[in-house]
Amino acid sequence: MSVLLDKARLRQTRITGGVLIALGVLIAVFLAPDAPGVATFRLSRPTDVWPVPNLVVPGGAFIYVVSALLAFMGVRLFLKGGARWSALILGIGLAIAVAAFLVWATAGKSFSLTGMLQATLVRAVPIALGGLAGVLSERVAVVNIGIEGMLLAGAFTGALVGSLAGGIAGLAAAVAVGGMFGFILAALVVTYRMDQIIAGVFINLFVLGLTSYISSQVFQEYRALNNAPVFRAIEVPFLSDLPVIGPVFFNQNIFVYGAFILAGLATYYLFHTRLGLRARAVGEHPRAADTLGINVYRTRYINVTMAGMVAGFGGAWFTLGSVGRFDEGMTGGRGFIGLAAMIFGRWHPVGALLAALVFGFADSLQQKLALLRTPIPSEFLAMAPYIATIIVVAGVVGRARAPAADGKPYVKE
Amino acid sequence: MNAMDKATQWRLLGRTQVEDLVIVPLFAFVAALFLGALVMAATGVDLAVIGQSYVALVKGSVGSLNAVSETLTAAAPLVLAGLGLALGFRAGLFNIGAEGQVVMGGLAAVVAGVALGDFPAIVALPGALLAGALTGAFYAGIAGWLRAVTGAHEVISTIMLNLISYRLLDYLLRTPLIQKEGRADPISKSVPDAAELPRLLTFIDANLRVHAGIFLTLAMVAVAYWLLFRSKLGFEFRAAGENAVAARFAGMNASLTIILAMAIAGALAGLAGANQTLGVLDRATPGFSAGIGFDAIAVALMGRSHPVGVLLAGLLFGALEAGGRQMQVDAGVSIDLIAIIQSLIIVFIAAPLLVKALFPWGFRREGSG
Repeated sequence: MSVLLDKARLRQTRITGGVLIALGVLIAVFLAPDAPGVATFRLSRPTDVWPVPNLVVPGGAFIYVVSALLAFMGVRLFLKGGARWSALILGIGLAIAVAAFLVWATAGKSFSLTGMLQATLVRAVPIALGGLAGVLSERVAVVNIGIEGMLLAGAFTGALVGSLAGGIAGLAAAVAVGGMFGFILAALVVTYRMDQIIAGVFINLFVLGLTSYISSQVFQEYRALNNAPVFRAIEVPFLSDLPVIGPVFFNQNIFVYGAFILAGLATYYLFHTRLGLRARAVGEHPRAADTLGINVYRTRYINVTMAGMVAGFGGAWFTLGSVGRFDEGMTGGRGFIGLAAMIFGRWHPVGALLAALVFGFADSLQQKLALLRTPIPSEFLAMAPYIATIIVVAGVVGRARAPAADGKPYVKE
Repeated sequence: MNAMDKATQWRLLGRTQVEDLVIVPLFAFVAALFLGALVMAATGVDLAVIGQSYVALVKGSVGSLNAVSETLTAAAPLVLAGLGLALGFRAGLFNIGAEGQVVMGGLAAVVAGVALGDFPAIVALPGALLAGALTGAFYAGIAGWLRAVTGAHEVISTIMLNLISYRLLDYLLRTPLIQKEGRADPISKSVPDAAELPRLLTFIDANLRVHAGIFLTLAMVAVAYWLLFRSKLGFEFRAAGENAVAARFAGMNASLTIILAMAIAGALAGLAGANQTLGVLDRATPGFSAGIGFDAIAVALMGRSHPVGVLLAGLLFGALEAGGRQMQVDAGVSIDLIAIIQSLIIVFIAAPLLVKALFPWGFRREGSG
């Protein structure tokens, strides 16, 4: 058994090492010769309280250094093993590879790195909250494919109620409607023992149909119903003046702060409270939890409803946190990417948040590269998070383990 | 087991099958229509208009030759993709990826059709269809292979492959090989006549869109039936779906079964895409799949993963689609209402316990049998 495991691990480090070596070679061959001049990254605006000078990187030299580093790390992994660190080393390797890529794309030009990081956080919000909703419901073993629909329901409700009664009311209503769909999902899978995936597909199709219907039937005619106020960025005093970190982390709207706070709260709830322990017990072994007197059904209802509320909040970002109006199908698969973030983050709230930041970075990188006019089609960059998710799910880079009872209905005896 | 027991069992089986195959779908359909009416009423549609819209729904789906033609045209891809999903369900695979397979198959059919355009139809059309089926099979096969070899759950990988397929389509439609000459927007070249699925009733009226894809669809229903219930492979699919562990101990190759089931499902979804591009649209554009792969999930569920059931469910959904367009024209009710009705049908079909709770008098009481 352990010999088998060792073999699998060895194979995995070999693959990781090989990937790093290949990356190093590719970067040296394709990117380095094609990066004339220096890449200039703007870090602050002239109006900032503490302006910092631009980050200037010599193109070719930097890229050669990165490829040498990658090759060194890859060869070391390949020859010496060290399975425990292979995931971390791969992460570092990919990060510096992305840095090399950015330098290559920017060589001879300049762009605002701070602006891109700021956009990264904004774009990560719905993905992070979707992923968080996924964590909350999958920790009690309810697979939640319906996050996409819950986000859409939150976006729609936020726009409608926000137009009628203002932003705060819109936000509250979005959370409530998200929670309602969470409750419906729980009722379908817990009480009516419907297949969890079909129930999620139902919620997605139903919400898409209902919101599109009302949007074309009602909003077309009464435009005032679809014109909600937008939450502005709130500057955190003093902290928002810090260079780079200030604008990125401390000058955002409530949705960005909310995502961070909720990830922290969810971590505390799941891993440091009695209720959270019960929730996880229900997700790992409902029969045992039941025997110990935990009400499995009620635990699932509560947690999946909370997941819906989180997704409703995340959905409101699309309207109240961004453009103020609802468009049909405007969530555009963000809920599914949230599920990917959940897996990427190994069913941990903070992990899901970090994964969402990676996806948000890929998203804003793609936008920037379109502006920098690189020869790489932006569609391929847009695909990168999905491909990464498949790779993670396939366990090529360390296996992600779902809660043991995930997806299985529980029938009380 | 003695004969008495067997007879009793058969009778019980008959009763539960009637419940399962007739009462539940029928109730689901009626309840979904009723709730659809409630949604309309809630959004301020007059009672008279609600009546008018359901009249238009019938008129637009079966009320004229053109309506029937539209229903069949809309049903064909749903049945094809639904057959694929049904095969997957039987093998215990939840393939959410029909949408991506429709996209890739439809696009491949256009590319092959354009390439074979100078050949006679007897070569070009089968070639284009085959390209669609093989591409769909390959695309689904990726998810099957990942599941079989690495254990990656097919629900997540097929969702990701769907998202990838949209981006890939947008990109490929701009490549010189595929993009229509002289266009800057993403649109493919037109399918040459030789590779088109010919329209069947243009001698009556040039506007009748029903095309040879319906024969292809019927043939595939027969093939799927044979495959599932008369072939060794189908037996292995069903065995894997019923009890994967038992199937493995019986000496069946579980990995191969998964890969083959996904690939065949993908081939059928790819044909659904080819059916659209070669028979209806004449080209590929962004979003040409129009959610067929997702609607097909509902079709497969409503059809109880049985090829004949899928055919009937596909016809119903095709009728809803065709009737929905008429409804929009006649009564001014948005066609999105049909999506609501379809999703409600899914929930009522897939949660028989919910139906029994809402509608207890249609069913044998538990414990009385």
